[in-house]
Amino acid sequence: MALNRKVGLIAGAKYKGGGPMLAWALHRISGLGIILFVTTHVIASFSTQQLGSDLGISINIIYESIYFQLFIAFCAIFHGVNGFRIIILDIWPRLIRYQKESTWLEWFVILPIYLLTAFIMIQRFLEG
Amino acid sequence: MRSKAMPKPSWNLEYLMWIFTRISGLALILLAVLSISLGLLMGARTQMDLGTLMRWAFFPNSNHVLDSEIPDIFLWANGFWQIMQILVLFFAATHGFNGLRVVVEDYTSPGFWQAALRFIILLLWIFSGLVAIYVILGS
Repeated sequence: MALNRKVGLIAGAKYKGGGPMLAWALHRISGLGIILFVTTHVIASFSTQQLGSDLGISINIIYESIYFQLFIAFCAIFHGVNGFRIIILDIWPRLIRYQKESTWLEWFVILPIYLLTAFIMIQRFLEG
Repeated sequence: MRSKAMPKPSWNLEYLMWIFTRISGLALILLAVLSISLGLLMGARTQMDLGTLMRWAFFPNSNHVLDSEIPDIFLWANGFWQIMQILVLFFAATHGFNGLRVVVEDYTSPGFWQAALRFIILLLWIFSGLVAIYVILGS
């Protein structure tokens, strides 16, 4: 944290961290995505509920679009499952030996849940 | 193979928030499972679609279940659910803004701007908490 590492984005992406590095990066991105959605949603619901302004409706249009919803559904599912994996590895530190395998295992949990959710969401979207 | 005793951890902010992140993450999963279970017991199985139940799972606010076929909103909007919402709010907001602080500290170096950004995040945490409590108690 206090180190001045000076590692650029491209140099960082070339680091061969494999599955755990991908999980770390996606955990960070999905966390920021959830913060973005929840903060805008709280502001939007406050402004419609308490102030009765149109600001909330115009914010709603952004996050009610199917693309944003598919993104935020992935963020929530990935962040939850990967966070659960991190908690398990932190409670039983001996399991850190199997860190790489655990990142493979979590995709077997995330992908079915996410693909089923995305299928239902896209089906609803196409029905209108 | 332990050659020397574990160093005693000092209770600084980093260590405290490291523990809090784990506990609040588990708590949020458990609160979501509890909301889904109680929602299904209250009749969501036949009166709601999946999206509505998921909205309820993430935040058990009665505005989230308005567009469903539940007969009585009172079951879904009472003091118990307001306490549940405040618990979710506290854990989620603290977990989230602490995570934002960690990310910001990773990409800045110590100095004036890092301190300023930390202070802005603290203000955002307090502000969003107050706004959300207003929404919870007003709905």
